[in-house]
Amino acid sequence: MKKHVIIQVKDLVARYGEDIILDQITFDVYLGEILVIAGGSGCGKSTLLKHLIGLNHPHSGQVTIEGEDITACDGTTFQKILRKIGVLYQSSALLGSMTIAENVALPIQEYTQLPPKSVDTMVRMKLNLVNLNGYENHLPSEVSGGMKKRAGLARAMALNPKILFFDEPSAGLDPISSAELDNLIITINKNLGTTIVIVTHELQSIFAVAHRVIMLDKRTKEIIAEGDPQYLRDKSTNQLVKHFFNRQAENQEIILGDNP
Amino acid sequence: MEIRRNLPSYQCIVSEGEGGGMTLHLQGRMDVTNVASMRSELHSLLKDRPSSSLTVDLERVTYLDDFGALILVELKRLICSRNGHFSLTNTSDKVNEVLHGLKLDSLEEPVFLVKKQTPGVFVRLGEATIQLASDLKYMISFIGDVCLSLLYVFSHPKSLRSDDTLSYMQKTGVDALPIVGLISFLLGLIMAFMSSVQLRQFGANILVASLVSLSMVRELGPIMTAIIVAGRSGSAFAAEIGTMKISEEVDALFTMGFDPTRFLVVPKIIATVIMVPILTLFSNVFAITGGLLVGVSMLDLTTSAYITQTLRTLTLFDVLWGLFKSGVFAFLIALTGCLRGFQVTGGAASVGQATTSSVVTSIFLIILSDSIFAVILQYWG
Repeated sequence: MKKHVIIQVKDLVARYGEDIILDQITFDVYLGEILVIAGGSGCGKSTLLKHLIGLNHPHSGQVTIEGEDITACDGTTFQKILRKIGVLYQSSALLGSMTIAENVALPIQEYTQLPPKSVDTMVRMKLNLVNLNGYENHLPSEVSGGMKKRAGLARAMALNPKILFFDEPSAGLDPISSAELDNLIITINKNLGTTIVIVTHELQSIFAVAHRVIMLDKRTKEIIAEGDPQYLRDKSTNQLVKHFFNRQAENQEIILGDNP
Repeated sequence: MEIRRNLPSYQCIVSEGEGGGMTLHLQGRMDVTNVASMRSELHSLLKDRPSSSLTVDLERVTYLDDFGALILVELKRLICSRNGHFSLTNTSDKVNEVLHGLKLDSLEEPVFLVKKQTPGVFVRLGEATIQLASDLKYMISFIGDVCLSLLYVFSHPKSLRSDDTLSYMQKTGVDALPIVGLISFLLGLIMAFMSSVQLRQFGANILVASLVSLSMVRELGPIMTAIIVAGRSGSAFAAEIGTMKISEEVDALFTMGFDPTRFLVVPKIIATVIMVPILTLFSNVFAITGGLLVGVSMLDLTTSAYITQTLRTLTLFDVLWGLFKSGVFAFLIALTGCLRGFQVTGGAASVGQATTSSVVTSIFLIILSDSIFAVILQYWG
């Protein structure tokens, strides 16, 4: 079956001033898959994510979401594209002055014509989905980091976007919360068919959720590997990729299949 | 009897069976794009139907998300309010999985979302009093802390972060000069113009020079400069320290063994106390120039007569008194800005409050201390 491309990145070049961060990046994201963008610190993962969601404008190249080039489209089209995506930021980015329920209700109130009572029911369903029932009236500052992440996720998927982006979802989470979040990601992908793009360097998360991995390299500023994580771990010929997926320092000898 | 309603991506068909029960056949997509129209459609369909029992047939539903589930939940509530029986039939595995994840049963538990609660007047009064008392306590300990840090820095001058101090001197002093100059110049212009309207009637044009110079040097120069600096720099101090507090930078300083007060507050206070009197001096000069412009162009005064009259009016004490006051105002502005910054807790909104509060408190303290100075001068001089 031919895979349907939902995001297309073509010859993307990103710069901060004179420094080239990403050079000639080209890849596709397919409908319904969980794609992980991996790589060591400082390889431009987060920069790439910012370009995918339109926060940064590339130096050259194209980012196309469902056939619309977000680097060249007008404001109205861009607003339409924004409705199709949801983003969970590393810090969760919940609005501190609002309760968790109000944070989740915000996009539902703004973009659907539902009456307040239905919005409340919707919010409770969303919070049930991320196992946050009972925390509706808490402020973000009153809950733990893992709960904030889940509340952020409930807000990101408030309108059931077609594509969800995650920036370092397991950063700062304990192993249990991190595994719960991974399970949530898999559930959302399975039940709602949401396409998911995750930026992370957490190997356990990568092996748990990823259908496909794209690995960036700090030195060449390009994609150095692409494919199934198990395959990359065991079969990749690139030393850097092998070291990364086997969680080994660069000067260490590789023992295949020993790590996760 | 069958009623059909056709809409682009979904379809709702109600059929009434024997015994008063209804069956609702839903088809197509039940998702966020359809929810509002589907919901109102169904409510109008069922409103006029008295029968209490409803079976929803989901056989031909091609997609259902939680917004689709909302419709089912609301239908169930409607039927339950009629004491009827609600059931779903022909639910696919996929639909069951979605519904299961949403834990629909727990929705019937009465947990209400609390909108903003306003406590009673006595509760608020009590809270405000406690808040005031703890603010006062914090303020006193902060002032004590700042005084100790200043003493330490004066006894160990090398511990002063001189680069920071110079940078703050530039930000509070040099960068503020254009706006202070412009406002003072216009103020001098306005004062000269307004007073000339009255003084001209008595042929006392020359006294315009005395009025402008004395009122600027003794009162308005220090106050205007202090208010501008409170708005420009006091608020910036509060925002800077407040943001550092939220992002745990202040905690980091503390755990690295730095005294946050000595590190963050002392450079700001020293820079402000040095620069504001200098700005005040500039403000006086600009205001007198403004007055001179009106005097020469509208009141037939010569430049030398105006300047002579100004110099005759002013004493060295007037100038020094004004500068001393502005030094005190500067101390209050920097202290208030930093204090409000350190009081920030929580998030972005708190930084906003701190910034506002720093400006309001500074201006209040400036006027209050100026009144005290006026009283002191009255009895002393």
